[in-house]
Amino acid sequence: MAHHLENMSSKTIDIPALKAKALQVRKEILETLHRAGSGHPGGSLSSVEILLSLYDYKMNHRPQDPRWEDRDRLIVSKGHITPGVYVVLAGCGYFPKEELKTFRKFNSRLQGHVHTKVPGVEFNTGSLGHGLSVANGVALGARLLKKNFRVYCLLGDGEIQEGSVWEAAMAGAHYKLDRVCAIVDYNKVQENGPVKEIKNLEPLAEKWRSFGWHTIEVDGHNFEKLFKALDEATGVQDKPSVIIAHTIKGKGVSFMEGDRNWHGKAPNAEQLAKALEQLK
Amino acid sequence: MSTMIATRDGFGEELVKLGKTNERIVVVSADLEDATRAEYFKKAYPDRFFSVGIAEQDMVGTAAGLSLMGFIPFINSFAVFLTNRAYDMLRMDLCYNNCNVKVICSHAGLTVGEDGASAQCLEDLALMRILPNMTVICPVDTIEAQKATRAIAEARGPMYLRTSRAALPVLTKESDPFKIGKANVLREGNDVTIFACGTMVSEALQAADILQQGKINARVVNMHTIKPVDEDMIIRCAKETGTIVSAEEHQINGGLGSVIAEVLVKNNPVPMEMVAVRDTFGESGSPQELLKAYHLKDVDIVEAAKKAIQRKRR
Repeated sequence: MAHHLENMSSKTIDIPALKAKALQVRKEILETLHRAGSGHPGGSLSSVEILLSLYDYKMNHRPQDPRWEDRDRLIVSKGHITPGVYVVLAGCGYFPKEELKTFRKFNSRLQGHVHTKVPGVEFNTGSLGHGLSVANGVALGARLLKKNFRVYCLLGDGEIQEGSVWEAAMAGAHYKLDRVCAIVDYNKVQENGPVKEIKNLEPLAEKWRSFGWHTIEVDGHNFEKLFKALDEATGVQDKPSVIIAHTIKGKGVSFMEGDRNWHGKAPNAEQLAKALEQLK
Repeated sequence: MSTMIATRDGFGEELVKLGKTNERIVVVSADLEDATRAEYFKKAYPDRFFSVGIAEQDMVGTAAGLSLMGFIPFINSFAVFLTNRAYDMLRMDLCYNNCNVKVICSHAGLTVGEDGASAQCLEDLALMRILPNMTVICPVDTIEAQKATRAIAEARGPMYLRTSRAALPVLTKESDPFKIGKANVLREGNDVTIFACGTMVSEALQAADILQQGKINARVVNMHTIKPVDEDMIIRCAKETGTIVSAEEHQINGGLGSVIAEVLVKNNPVPMEMVAVRDTFGESGSPQELLKAYHLKDVDIVEAAKKAIQRKRR
């Protein structure tokens, strides 16, 4: 098949199958949100291809041994996209999919924002602007221990309005943390409207470049391009990398796409049915 | 007066000793390592020292990441910059994640002196003690600062160590016990108990001398651990002396006095007076001028003790 790609570990990826999986993930995200009655669809739907590219293609990880010491790490800094993260982790086999029904419920491991109670989650987040510093710290520790794994950090676009992200960006370049790869889910919409109207990030690529980061811009819904970007980042030496993934908030559901009202709201039964119809 | 050494020096020297045998100890710093004495570690083990520049939030997160790799990061700054500015990081990264990171803050209290109110942290004990998982320690002298540094390096979890810029009298000996959460009685007495921490312990001992002249026997307790607080000691002293005075170089709201009052109210309420900064900011001046102006001297403790005893007799 023309769409087959190979990654470093010679894992063959069937792109059409992955696209079908992305569709399924989106359905499960919406079902999970509907059952919970609250949560964040917009940023979960925009990050589906990013998450699948990491877990199904790029990262070395063992769902049956979540704390395997040589695993690649993902710090989810935009901690509110739990529906996306948990559905993908369950899909990998980190925990039973059945457990998604407990999302956001009392006594569940599946906390509203990412939590290490959930196998596969590396760090509790939920307040924005924390993850990149933590990723840097993990990478510094790995360097001291002469470990070669990579550390990914998923950032929201609105999130990087937080100054702490840029403190970490400076540090990552200063310490030449070439094992760190940040990914910005640039879906262009935040809680109260378009990012460019609330506080414009542009010129975003130039910002990261000027901070000393190897900067790659891609279509964040295109698996081939995401794979290529992730592989390119792996080859970079002496500086950290950032992948600016251009995405669509609420991707895949027409009435959610680009609409700020779907940043943090669960679909009702009627909306769910309509959305699932579109995800066939 | 005995030898005068700042508690920050005790910390800095002890960390170098610990770093020699424990290679998991690392330091993350935000450009105040000279002032906090973490620079002794930097000189001894440059490979295990990381400066993030003037970026306290980044310092906390970076340390959290290092702790995920099994290291024991010591972060450090002036109390005001770390506890106030980076509070969300302390709450989320260290406490909510229960990371094994040690938070060392010098320049707490009015005795920072001439730099004035912006540098004089008077909120840290309150801010730190309300965070779940956080341990809060304020050593009385350089020897206790060394013991506390050893203790927090050994114990797991986020821990806050408050040190001083001002030189303080050495009141304890190497052989004296130090256990996190176990307060030490420095002077026996049965009329009133003065609970003090850090700089205020020597003022409390002087106050006890003054009270003695008026035939009042004051007990003095060094409350080096604010959290977990030694509840048994507080309850015992309340029962045995019938009245309590707290003394701290901190805001009157939320610190040592509040901790003690909470324990008393729940167990054995007795008259209590608090010696602390009275809900106001400091200013520039010499440490002694400031302690006097803000009512944190031995004579203020004496007045508080007399007032508390009066209330007991009513």
